[in-house]
Amino acid sequence: MKVRLRNPDRELDVAGGRRVSEILSEIGVNPDTVLVIRDRDLLTREDRVNDQDLIEIRPVISGGAT
Amino acid sequence: MRCRRCRGSAVIELRRHNAAFCRECFVNHVREQVWRAIADQGMFAHRDRILVAVSGGKDSLALWDVLLELGYRASGLYIGLGIGEYSARSGERARAFAEERGAEFVFVDLLQESGFDIPTAGKKGSRSTCSVCGLAKRYMFNRVALEGGYDVLATGHNLDDEAATLLGNTLRWQTEYIARQHPVLFAEPGFVKKVKPLYRLSELETAAYSFLRGIDYVVEECPLVAGNTQLRYKEAMNLLESTSPGTKAQFFLGYLERAAALFEEAHRAELGPCEQCGQPTTGRFCAFCRARAQIRGDDTARVPEGRAS
Repeated sequence: MKVRLRNPDRELDVAGGRRVSEILSEIGVNPDTVLVIRDRDLLTREDRVNDQDLIEIRPVISGGAT
Repeated sequence: MRCRRCRGSAVIELRRHNAAFCRECFVNHVREQVWRAIADQGMFAHRDRILVAVSGGKDSLALWDVLLELGYRASGLYIGLGIGEYSARSGERARAFAEERGAEFVFVDLLQESGFDIPTAGKKGSRSTCSVCGLAKRYMFNRVALEGGYDVLATGHNLDDEAATLLGNTLRWQTEYIARQHPVLFAEPGFVKKVKPLYRLSELETAAYSFLRGIDYVVEECPLVAGNTQLRYKEAMNLLESTSPGTKAQFFLGYLERAAALFEEAHRAELGPCEQCGQPTTGRFCAFCRARAQIRGDDTARVPEGRAS
């Protein structure tokens, strides 16, 4: 399956057929710092993804002076 | 995973609250948190004219959306910072948001108003790019709000922003800055009232809200932000939060409940008008005029940093 990462934009191929939490763990992403998006839906850590899925992992952190 | 409220299928898990929510209940949860912040802190009333500082990002557009949905009279202010395509795209998103909702949109171009843009300021001044950007935005927000007769200026600072800022200020024991870190700064002569209605919500919550509401926000990060100190503090807080959910809320909301009053009492500053622009300052010239003089090579307000506020 395809995983689209942002900032900078890039794409990874990973194995599907497992939970979102396992994919985040494999690519070293803290689940509390990203939205996991499939089509127009948000996925939780427990949701399962399939080999034919495309998911976007979108960071929620933003910086700059306050 | 099931929604805590309706037992429907959950779309987001909030470990800090030990809860998950479906789409509809989550949107309601966010609006309730903003409503509670407004009420608890006496931020504003429905009769007030609110100016929301918008960047085109998830936080400020989520804030503007919530305020409009709650029936407040909220206009948006966008400052054109001159950061190339990034600024162009951000401004377009903010303007499109306003047009879709029929909300008032105020655009101010920093270069036109002040004679410099942020990339230039970052190269020529003594402040870091993020520091001078924050200074310029705060200055413009205040000026535009006062000149436009708005009752209050609202910014999209969230719980992660506030916790990271408090961490940085505490690590350096910048007690004057800590004393001013509050969700409400009441109006003083020359200063409009400033509020942060998202201070009870994490970045995950504001991002999820924007996504679920279909808000087209700028996902890309500012190209000038690399190496920013605030991001490092956020990463540190996220590390703590990952093993102890609720740490950020305990740190910042605990500060508000138990420590803020002590710092405020210790730092009551005497303010007078800046000799250059008239805005309040503790010295002869305000920080914005001193930074601008340095960037433009003017001598008028070039007081060494340590000798004026």
